[in-house]
Amino acid sequence: MDALARLGRVGIDFLENLGRAHLLLWAMLRGVDDLMRRPRLLVEQIHSVGVLTVLIIAVAGTFVGMVLALQGYYILTQFAAEQMLGVMVAASLVRELGPVVAALLFAGRAGSALTAEIGLMKATEQLAGLEMMAVDPVKRVLTPRFFAGLISVPLLGAMFSALGVLGGFLVGAGLLGVDAAGYWSVMQTRIDFYGDLVNGGIKSVVFGVACTWIALYQGYEADPTSEGVGRATTRTVVHSSLAVLGLDFILTALMFGE
Amino acid sequence: MTADEPLVKIRGLRFFRSGRMIFDGVDIDIPRGQVSAIMGPSGTGKTTLLKLIGGQLRPAEGQILVDGEDVAELNNSDLYRLRTRMGMLFQSGALLTDLTVFENVAYPLREHASLPESLLRKLVLLKLEAVGLRGARALMPAELSGGMARRVALARAMALDPMMIMYDEPFAGQDPISMGVLVDLIRALNDAARLTSIIVSHDVKEAAGIADVIYVLAQGKVMEAGPPEQLLKSEQEWTRQFMHGHADGPVHFHYPAAALEEDLLHG
Ligand SMILES: Nc1ncnc2c1ncn2[C@@H]1O[C@H](COP(=O)(O)OP(=O)(O)OP(=O)(O)O)[C@@H](O)[C@H]1O
Ligand SMILES: [Mg+2]
Repeated sequence: MDALARLGRVGIDFLENLGRAHLLLWAMLRGVDDLMRRPRLLVEQIHSVGVLTVLIIAVAGTFVGMVLALQGYYILTQFAAEQMLGVMVAASLVRELGPVVAALLFAGRAGSALTAEIGLMKATEQLAGLEMMAVDPVKRVLTPRFFAGLISVPLLGAMFSALGVLGGFLVGAGLLGVDAAGYWSVMQTRIDFYGDLVNGGIKSVVFGVACTWIALYQGYEADPTSEGVGRATTRTVVHSSLAVLGLDFILTALMFGE
Repeated sequence: MTADEPLVKIRGLRFFRSGRMIFDGVDIDIPRGQVSAIMGPSGTGKTTLLKLIGGQLRPAEGQILVDGEDVAELNNSDLYRLRTRMGMLFQSGALLTDLTVFENVAYPLREHASLPESLLRKLVLLKLEAVGLRGARALMPAELSGGMARRVALARAMALDPMMIMYDEPFAGQDPISMGVLVDLIRALNDAARLTSIIVSHDVKEAAGIADVIYVLAQGKVMEAGPPEQLLKSEQEWTRQFMHGHADGPVHFHYPAAALEEDLLHG
């Protein structure tokens, strides 16, 4: 009976959180016309959210591409299909690894920072202070960060894929002796604009919304103590990672299922 | 709205926090153009009362009228409009940590008044001069002491020339000199700008020196109210204990708990 009650409690808490998260999302979206009048806020946030993550994305993208080339070459040579190396690297990156890994890195690097920032602003009464100055903290503080995340994640995903393809080329052509022109030309004919690039882009946008939304919600609802902010930061990384992986499965099934 | 109608009128206020009663039928009148002090032991809900007046919390029962408007009944945009006419000094200062002192004071002006930059600069410097921190304008909030941060917050609360300012513990953490300056400043602001001031404090001496009316809160009720001379001479045992700071009396220094012996024995 006790276990059943606890299960019920968990269920109710979950639904309550879901409801509050949607209310917050709605409030953030309503701040969009306000944001149009202050584009500087958005630019500042893209700078701080995006720039935080560029270096780690660049390094990770390059190395993932290099590893893909090494592994792919080993299998492809067994079928005498080395000229397919470019397609294999590019397709894996654009369809899957680019959007997914970029979003995971974003959640760990920028998402956790967003949660900590908002949580601390709450704990130090800065959000309450804004309210008393007749400034809506959701519109002024959360909305720019939400759109900054939504814009940054696809760009970071694209950058990850591009550098990965380049890394794959360096290893393939430079180290393994694959034909350099073939790497690019086969890739160009086999990678489809809609099927691969657009679908990968859609994934990235969805992940960007999910990661930023989770990060901002956790910060906004954090207990206003140092402990509470710490716990919220951890939750951001865990929830975002699970959300990205779960959503990726659903999106992949929908996009590439047939 | 007549001039002698109180600016803030609280009737039958009841409020709970985590199931605990904080206010149990509180009536308060804050007269226009005067300095009112809200006093009471730590944890009685003085900060909570200011947040209720500012509309950040909603009463469970009762009414809070600010300039004739029921704060809890206002919609968002009316509430925000009303708040541009109230300044609030938070206990912690609540400065925006990513902006300089100057930009913090300029913030409400940039939000609500579109002034040319040169005029804005003059206004901000005047407000900072009033709290003695004009020279600190380039500092970040993290570089200020607690008392300095509170003075910057005061400059910010004054920025929009509100009709009233609520001060949450303005005297805590001030050295004797800035304390004196602050007391004079609050008085001068109140009289020159025809403001209404609400001061939350447990500094009996300072509050009694500056206030026109004092409300003493405890155990969810107004214990006694009146001008400071009256409260200092009060016959009521409770008020006497609080105003003169005796440890023994009807008020308990301890948060409600089981008897100490019992707690220790059952550890
Ligand atoms: N967010 C909260 N959740 C639950 N209870 C709270 C919360 N904030 C304050 N309280 C409780 O409400 C009561 C009143 O708190 P409040 O901060 O208004 O006291 P105060 O009179 O301002 O005290 P102090 O003089 O120490 O600042 C306290 O007993 C506190 O335990
Ligand atoms: Mg307080």
